[in-house]
Order: sequence, then structure tokens, then C-alpha cells
Amino acid sequence: MDRRRPALLAAVPLTAVLSARVPLWRDVRVLKWVLQLVVVGLVVALIIWLYGNYVENTAEQNIPTDFGFLDNPANFQITGNELGANQPVRDALYQGVLNTLRISVAGIVAATILGTLVGIARLSSNWIVSKLATVYVEAVRNIPLALFVVAGLLVVVLGVFPTIQEAWNLAGLAIISNRGVAVPWFVGAGFGLLGIGAVAALAAWLAARWRSSVSDRSGVLPRSGLWASGAFLVVFVIGWVAFGYEWTLPELDGRQTVGGIRIDPSFFALFFALVIYTASHIAEIVRGSIQAVPRGQGEAADAVALSGFQRMWYVILPQAFRIAIPPIGNQYLNLIKNSSLGAAIGYYDLTLVAQTTVGNGSPAVPVFALTMVLYICISLVTSVIVNIANRRSALVER
Amino acid sequence: MSLTPDRLGAAHRSGALVWARRNLFRSPVDGVLTIVFGAISLWLIYKTFSFVFITGRWDIIRVNLRLLMIGRFPDVHVLRLAVTVVGLAAWGGFLAGFIRARQIRSGRVSDDDESVVARVGDTVARLWLPAMVVLLLLVLSSTSGPWITVGIAIVAAILGRALGPLAGRPKLGPMGSALLIGGIGAVPVGLYFYVVTAVGFDDWGGFLLNLFLAVCAIVLCFPLGVLLALGRRSTLPLVRVVSTGYIELVRGAPLFVLLLLANSALGFFVPNSLAPSTSTRAIIVFTLFTAAYMAEIIRGGLQSVPRGQIEAAKAVGLSPARQMGYIVLPQALRNVIPAQIGQLISLFKDTTLAGIAMGLFELLQVTTAIPAQEGFRGQGLIGETITFAALLFWTVAYTMSRESQRLEKRLGVGVR
Repeated sequence: MDRRRPALLAAVPLTAVLSARVPLWRDVRVLKWVLQLVVVGLVVALIIWLYGNYVENTAEQNIPTDFGFLDNPANFQITGNELGANQPVRDALYQGVLNTLRISVAGIVAATILGTLVGIARLSSNWIVSKLATVYVEAVRNIPLALFVVAGLLVVVLGVFPTIQEAWNLAGLAIISNRGVAVPWFVGAGFGLLGIGAVAALAAWLAARWRSSVSDRSGVLPRSGLWASGAFLVVFVIGWVAFGYEWTLPELDGRQTVGGIRIDPSFFALFFALVIYTASHIAEIVRGSIQAVPRGQGEAADAVALSGFQRMWYVILPQAFRIAIPPIGNQYLNLIKNSSLGAAIGYYDLTLVAQTTVGNGSPAVPVFALTMVLYICISLVTSVIVNIANRRSALVER
Repeated sequence: MSLTPDRLGAAHRSGALVWARRNLFRSPVDGVLTIVFGAISLWLIYKTFSFVFITGRWDIIRVNLRLLMIGRFPDVHVLRLAVTVVGLAAWGGFLAGFIRARQIRSGRVSDDDESVVARVGDTVARLWLPAMVVLLLLVLSSTSGPWITVGIAIVAAILGRALGPLAGRPKLGPMGSALLIGGIGAVPVGLYFYVVTAVGFDDWGGFLLNLFLAVCAIVLCFPLGVLLALGRRSTLPLVRVVSTGYIELVRGAPLFVLLLLANSALGFFVPNSLAPSTSTRAIIVFTLFTAAYMAEIIRGGLQSVPRGQIEAAKAVGLSPARQMGYIVLPQALRNVIPAQIGQLISLFKDTTLAGIAMGLFELLQVTTAIPAQEGFRGQGLIGETITFAALLFWTVAYTMSRESQRLEKRLGVGVR
């Protein structure tokens, strides 16, 4: 090292270089700390100023700043949920979280399926199919979601759907009117049924694993999808019969429907708006990811004479989704946050519950702070799940 | 399969049939798909056509056009809006000419790249869609004012385009350059004050308000986003923690809740004398919200700049600020142009939330309010008004995304 020291520097004794103190205002270490302290100082000063104003203003107007409002009566009802008039705000917020989760889970599942189909359709060799998918994506992506939500309720449900007297009856399986859509549902559906579903899902997973290990050993086609859904159905039906669950079909009884479950117009509108909007974004991601799969993969699938479906399902899509998982996860987060638009059309999700609570006299700042924290928790859990999926699907590299 | 001249001839003779077989009837399944989706397409086209030309009752748009476009903007001051439109058109034309002249001077674009005809054709291809929508709006309007305004605006834009190169071509000293660029930047600000001194922007409404909210937030969020991105990439731990915390907090919460919070609670956090008006609150929230997303996009851009660039900048002895400003940031920003514009489009679409959450009288609020007017009540005209609003939003957003693709191609992202 020493030999490479430039001649000029070498001429100066090393001790002289070390002892020559850098002045404070040019010392990088000092400057870094000063800069950090200035930034943090500014931020802290801003927070103190805001908080001071907050304390002062709330004291002046006699507004509580604690979370005592959680035990006050909520003073409003949510149709379709178990929330009576006298229950506390705490329970209302809990129902709001449940409703947000409901619409989010249903929306995520449907948007993923629709988005994937449209994304594949955009790359179809069939001219009409690819053009139709392109028109769908380009039209929907560039229109605000709020327009879809409002149109879903005001135009489709209240404008196009018939009155309850002339409700459309789809072979007894669905009764569609401007009061909502009634579909068959389980009697007394609750956590018991959810448990059976979980056990059935476990069985399906085991069946799929078994089939793929059989396929690895013997080379026969795994058909794991078929086996998994078969296992799911068998276990589910056995559990259902064993525990004596029943289901009912919706029926029209005068001016209302009985039996089944009635999907609220606001849920219906919000669900379709979210799905149609998010699917257009997912479709673009899927299309990009499919195009990012090396061409040779598709050509190799053709070379071993896979059918079009096999080529897509076994070769292209698994590799495409490896690329697509992080951006699709972002879309899931967007969907969850966008479900707050339900407040615009009277769907009692977390946002509307918070808004109504504030309207009924609870202090705004604690309510909305709590709402934000709840949303951030939901987002965090979702992104953890997406990250796990991403890690599991990622290629193991050196 | 041998490709005899005879076969080639057959292919030439029946081009349409060959095309149909390749693209529509490759296999039996393909044929079924074609028939099913063809039928769906035809049905959709028929439905759209009959709604637009036969069943749709567009009177409600014609009557309320002014409300939809500018809300309850006072009559006496509409002239100021017209002047602003003309001014912005001239400014835009001038800027286009100026930038092109500068690019030619610096050798980035060569003067004889394309013929004038090709360039005019290119401009037409870029602008025909918004131009058609403007024409539709003019046809719908019942007064001559908009016609005159647009006419003068077109002339002004062409004049500006012709004058721009005169200012861009000569080499000015640093003082002259600064003066010129400052002057160009001052024009929109001046026009803004020209309008706002007459009508404070709390009285603006309709599509004008959507556009204004979006433009304000776009301009303001950008520097904040760059700062946050640099903060998050900084080597200083405290700065990094502050930026990261802010970005993640904002990105975790829905915009709608932030708007509600600002609407009902922002007043608590500032002294009463400083409490901002509703429109200002909307701009603040949109800016703070979009800045967090911008920061993440720009961070991606910063990460995409090769290390060698920074090392080269250090090697030629640039100061840290110049390394960032001259070498790293330009490349970083260029690399993420599509994502940035996508975020801006999404901000523009989100301006509708200001109406729902804060009660501002923007386009969506007008759209849902006017079917309840005297004379239109109970006729179910919400479909017509929402379609109109969707057309306006779609045109602006689609034009923006097309321009972003064009810009991306011109700047040669990912191409050496």
C-alpha cells in the first residue's frame, strides 16, 4: 500500500497529515450529526406545535382527547349486522372492521380471477378476445373508482334492477331486485362452518401434495387440482352432514325475500366496482409478467406437445406469478384501502362507522387515529401474507 | 409442407380469409371463443350506440354544461377564465417551441429529423382525442363564448409555438437565462393570481376544480417526494427513520380517511386564525399523500442508477450535492417516468374523493346532484351524467398515459 502512495503525499510526513485538524465546520462527521439534529429538531418542533394547538383547541371547546368514547352507546344500527341501538362504539367499530374484511376478501378473490383471465386474454392469438380485453383495460383503468362505485349503486342497482314485486328470479338460485340480491346460504353459518372449511382446505392441500409426490415418483400426470377439489368437497360434505347443517334457497314472500342470504345493494355495488376496477390493474400486471417469461419456455412447452391450456397452466403461469406477486400484492393493499369508498354509498365498513361515530358526537381525532391504526394493521397483515407467498415462490438462487 | 408458388398465390388471393383463419378460427375452441365474444362485442357496440344516439337524453348535459365544467363560478368573472385559457395556450405553445429550440441547440434533437409535415401529423395523432372532446363540449355549449375562447386559444398557441424558438435559439448569459426561465415559470402563477383575486378557489367547482386540485398537488408533491426519497436512502440514521416512518404511515392509511380527518380535525392542529379553507385542506392532503407514494417511486429510480455513475461523479470531483443534482437524480427520475405519471393519473382520479369526503362541488358531486334538479327529477338521468363525467376523466387520464409512453420512448428509457 505504502509503495503506491502518490509522490506528493509521500513527501509530507504522515504525522503531519494526522495532526492537521480538520476545522469543525468542514468535518464530515460533525456535519452529519448537525444535519440530523436539525432535521429531527424541526420535526419534533412541528409535532410539539401541532400537539400544543390540539390540546389548547380541544380544551377550549371541551372535547375529550382520550378513548373513553369507545364505551359510549353508538346510537346507530347497521342492517344485516348484529348491532343493536344501545351497543357501544367499540362493537360498532368491530363490525366495521369485519365488514371491511368481508368486502376485501371477496373482492381480492374475484379480482384476482378476473384480472388473470383478462391479462391472459390480452395476449390471446384470437383477435376479438385480445381487442375486447384491451378495450376493457384501457377504459376502466382511466376512470375514477368513485364513479364506478356511485354508478354501481345509482345506475345499476337502483336504475336497472327491477322492483321487488317484479324481481328477476334466476331458477330459484338468486332473486335480484333493487332491494339487493338474495342467494342460497347455509342455515346458522358461523365459525363451525368456517372450521369445517378449514379442515377441508387442509385435506385438499394434503391431497395435492400427495399427488405431486406420486407424480414425481411415477411420472403420471398429477392432476392435483382435480384431486384437491375432490378432497375438499368430500370432507366438506361429510362434515356438513355430520354436524347437521342445512341450507336454504331464497324465496319471494310479498315485499321481501325469505331464506338464503340477502346481499345488500351497497355491498353488491361496492363489490363489483372494486372487482372491475382492480381487475383492470391486475390484468396489466399479469400481462407484463407473462411477457417477461422467457420465450423459450413457451416454445419448449410447444416442443413437448403440451396443449394450449397445459402450456399456460403448467409452464407459463407459475413463472409469471413468481414475477407478479409483489405488484399484485400492492393491488390487494389498494383494494383494501379503496374499500373505504363504501362510505360513499352507505356500506358500513370501518370508514363509514368511524364517520357516523364522529357525526354522533365522538371526538374526531381519536376516532380517525384509531381508524388509521386499524387500516395500517390490516395492511400490515396483508403484506406479511404476500411476502410469505413471495418468498415461497421465489427462485432459490445461489 | 412445401411452399409451392401455387400455395403462395392462394395465400395472396384470399388475404382476408387467411387472416380470419389465423386470428379468429385457429382451432375449434378458438372458433367458439370468436363467436361468443364476437356476439358480446356486437351487443356492447349496439347498446353503446343506442344509448348515445337513441335512448340517452342528453338535454341534462346541455342545460348543466356550465355547472359541470366550472361549478358555481360567478358570471361576471368568467371572462377571467377565458383569458387564462388563452394565456395558458400561448404559454404551452411557447414552451414547446422553446424546449425544442434548446434541444436542437444542445444537439439532443437534430433539426432535420423529420419533415414539417411529419411533425404536424405527429401532433395531430397526439391531440386528436382531447380535441374531439373539446369539440363535443363546444357543440354542447349554448353560448358563443367558449367558441371564441377556443378559437383565440388555438391562434395563441400557434403564435406561441412560432415565438418560442426565437427565445430558445440565441445563447444567453446566466442572467438572461435565469430571467427567461423565471419569466416562463411566472406566467401560470400570474394567471392563477389573476383568477383567484376575483374568485377565491373555494368558489370554484366542476371539472375545473378537479383539474386545479390535481395540478396543485402534482406541482407541490414533487419536491417533497424527492426530499423524502433522498431521506429514506440517506446514510444518516435519524433522517432515514423520520422519512421511512412518514412514508409508511401515509401509505398504510386510505386517502378517504385522511380526507375525512383533515375535514373534521385539521382545525384542531393549527391556531384558529390559520385554519385553512376546505379546498386548501384538500390540496394539503393530496400533496402529503401523493408525496409518500412519489417518494417510493423515486427511491426505486435512485436504486436503478448504476453505482458506477456515482463513482464516476466522485472521481471527477463533484460535490455531493452536484453528484446528486447533475448525475444521479436526472437518471433516477427518467428511469421511473411511467410510474410517476401513473401516480399522477391516480391522483387526478382521486380528486373525486374530495367531493365525497369534504363536500367540495367537484365534477362527481355535480354529476350526482343535477338529476335531482327541477325538471329532471325522477327521470333516472344519472346514467347520462355519470357517462359524461366518465368521458371527461377518461380523456384526460388516457391522454396523460399516452403522453407518458411517448415521453418514455423519446427519452429512450432502457435503451442505450
